[in-house]
Amino acid sequence: MAEQKTTAVQQARAKAQAGERLTKEDALALYEDNDLLFLAKCARAAKERASGRNVYYTVNRHINLTNICSSNCPLCAFQVEQGDKRGYVMEHDDIAKVLEQAKHTCHLSEIHIVSALHPDKPFNYYVDVVKQVREALPKADVKAFTPVEVVNFSKTTGKPIREVLEILQKAGLDSLPGGGAEILSDRVRQIICPKKATTAEWLETMRTAHELGIRTNCSMMYGHIETIEERVDHLLLLRELQDETHGFQAFMLFPFHPAHTKLGDEYHLQRVGSWEDMKMLALSRLVLDNVAHFKAFWVMLTLPIAQLALGFGADDLDGTIGEEKIIHAAGARTNTGITRTTLKKIIRETGYTPVERDTFYQAIVDDEEVQA
Amino acid sequence: MLATKEYEDIEKKVLQGERLSREDGIRLFHCHDLAWLGALADHVRQEKCGDIVYYNVNCHVNLTNICTSHCEFCAFGRDAGDKGAYAMTKEQAIGLVREALKDPDMGGLHVVSGLHPTWSFEQYLGILQALHEEFPQLYLKGFTGVEITHFAKISGLSVREVLEKLKAAGLKAIAGGGAEILSDRVRQELCPNKATAEEWLNVARTAHQLGIPTNASMLYGHIETLEERVDHLLKLRNLQDETHGFQTFICFPFLPKHTKLGQRIKQTSMWDDLRTMAIARLMLDNFRNIKAYWVMLTVPVAQVALGFGANDIDGTIHKENIMHDAGAESPRGLSEDTIIRIIKEAGRVPALCDCNFNIIRTID
Repeated sequence: MAEQKTTAVQQARAKAQAGERLTKEDALALYEDNDLLFLAKCARAAKERASGRNVYYTVNRHINLTNICSSNCPLCAFQVEQGDKRGYVMEHDDIAKVLEQAKHTCHLSEIHIVSALHPDKPFNYYVDVVKQVREALPKADVKAFTPVEVVNFSKTTGKPIREVLEILQKAGLDSLPGGGAEILSDRVRQIICPKKATTAEWLETMRTAHELGIRTNCSMMYGHIETIEERVDHLLLLRELQDETHGFQAFMLFPFHPAHTKLGDEYHLQRVGSWEDMKMLALSRLVLDNVAHFKAFWVMLTLPIAQLALGFGADDLDGTIGEEKIIHAAGARTNTGITRTTLKKIIRETGYTPVERDTFYQAIVDDEEVQA
Repeated sequence: MLATKEYEDIEKKVLQGERLSREDGIRLFHCHDLAWLGALADHVRQEKCGDIVYYNVNCHVNLTNICTSHCEFCAFGRDAGDKGAYAMTKEQAIGLVREALKDPDMGGLHVVSGLHPTWSFEQYLGILQALHEEFPQLYLKGFTGVEITHFAKISGLSVREVLEKLKAAGLKAIAGGGAEILSDRVRQELCPNKATAEEWLNVARTAHQLGIPTNASMLYGHIETLEERVDHLLKLRNLQDETHGFQTFICFPFLPKHTKLGQRIKQTSMWDDLRTMAIARLMLDNFRNIKAYWVMLTVPVAQVALGFGANDIDGTIHKENIMHDAGAESPRGLSEDTIIRIIKEAGRVPALCDCNFNIIRTID
């Protein structure tokens, strides 16, 4: 027989089932309870309240401008130091080539630019990239620079975050990606990424972006040295800011890939299991009750698990991504690009309706669908 | 439990411990609410087996891959003279096991092989005997209903006589493979040269009568219909009502790589794998154990399957061959530590067991 659940667990379960807001204690009780399929059922209901039967995907292209980075984070397998043979920087002509290719990608709706903190490249270089993309692809949404990069621009230029964002916005920036949040705890950041944006700086950048009308995503990287309480606190910080600004469009989870990272070596970390991945997804969906969309980022999760995630609260498979470098440097073994036919098939099998979207979750009419 | 209206009646039946019908099974295969399906199967698992998850530390021994069956879904079988074809001698089999015994926890063997065109039953039996004499401490599980049917045919003995001899030679349990889909329509198309549905069931029935427990399985995700999956489960359930000799049920998703059938069939999705697991738990109400066989499911799916009704995750295996010939992407073996970690992350209690589900020790 099932063991008697404590009052705290029973209360938390009742709230989760009713779709009520969870407290920190509730979230911790549900985590401890470890009833994966109960969480899944509640998360599925929460997903359907937020986005009905829709599951989104988009045709996008990732550009990682450089891997030469001054922040040297122990968590990262992508960055190299200046002078390293593996180091690269994309200059105007390299970017032009990618954009030329992108122009011929049917339905391309978004260019996603995330890069290392290059020690020498001036802010102007990045502003010019945004202008270049804007000019080459006037209809595509430019989603670029995590708060970590924005904070770095602010430091290198001496300009306040608001001004940096305004300059980028004027150059054509539409939205910010959600990366670099890692775990919003300075204890954790001191260990996994001591040189980059602090918790307060990350949140401040997002708040300012939202005030300027720049939508952003948000994220969490888990499965390294953080405690469960720190994960829940992270989700609550995001929820609090979202209550204030409503500027977060989507949330995504990054399970930490320890291979080839200093952090993984030093702390003998192993990749958490798929159980933990699904549990964190469902629990995050329940805690972050004010964020509409949850991405199952298939590059990280693998396609089969990303599909499964649609049963655990996710409603977005992200994009058909041209070429992704950061996570693959840490040993992700997924293909670097898939087609929209594959994505649609995967979504249909779950009983949900595939919807092609732009950066802002507006549906794009699908020619193939219309013909069919 | 938050069932959608459409499936409330099924949920009610399950919660009251009522048996599901063929129609219920077919409806469940059309249900898209994977979380509900999983939760229901998980509820049954919890009521029936609690938090224990069985695993074993074992070694697979595949005596030969030379096989007369030529099943369309198989990438392991070869003709004599084909590249990679092999047939072990007694000494080689003993050598392989001795190597595996470097693991001090090695508990038992899983012996499954091709239907060799010239080997006699005595040869198979002789190797089994030799393994038992050399390693009396290892429990022996082996030979599927397909191999035993083949032994009866080539020896002129009855299935009962074959089983009696195997039992006398030290066999403690019979492997669950070879059931594929217990439909002669499907078997005619995919594996016409081996045991029919009736023959496979007859081996299981006879073994149970002789007190030899067997496992059961289903190979799905090829040309079978969803109705045929349900009928397959019902055939196993009916026999189990009669004998209670099945120990565990194993879902095998068809792995297409390097198989003839794979030229026209794609691999199942994780979604299909997990709903099939859950439905098997719900339909097979008289089976105590449902296995998440990580070799075919992959480790991540097998772990999540522990939430979809499974309470058995198979073993360390040492070095798996059959499924890896068909492109299985899982490792060839897992360490005991890895298996324990997988089970614990799911909040369950790992229990090391022998091939008859006797617990050797539980890991707190």
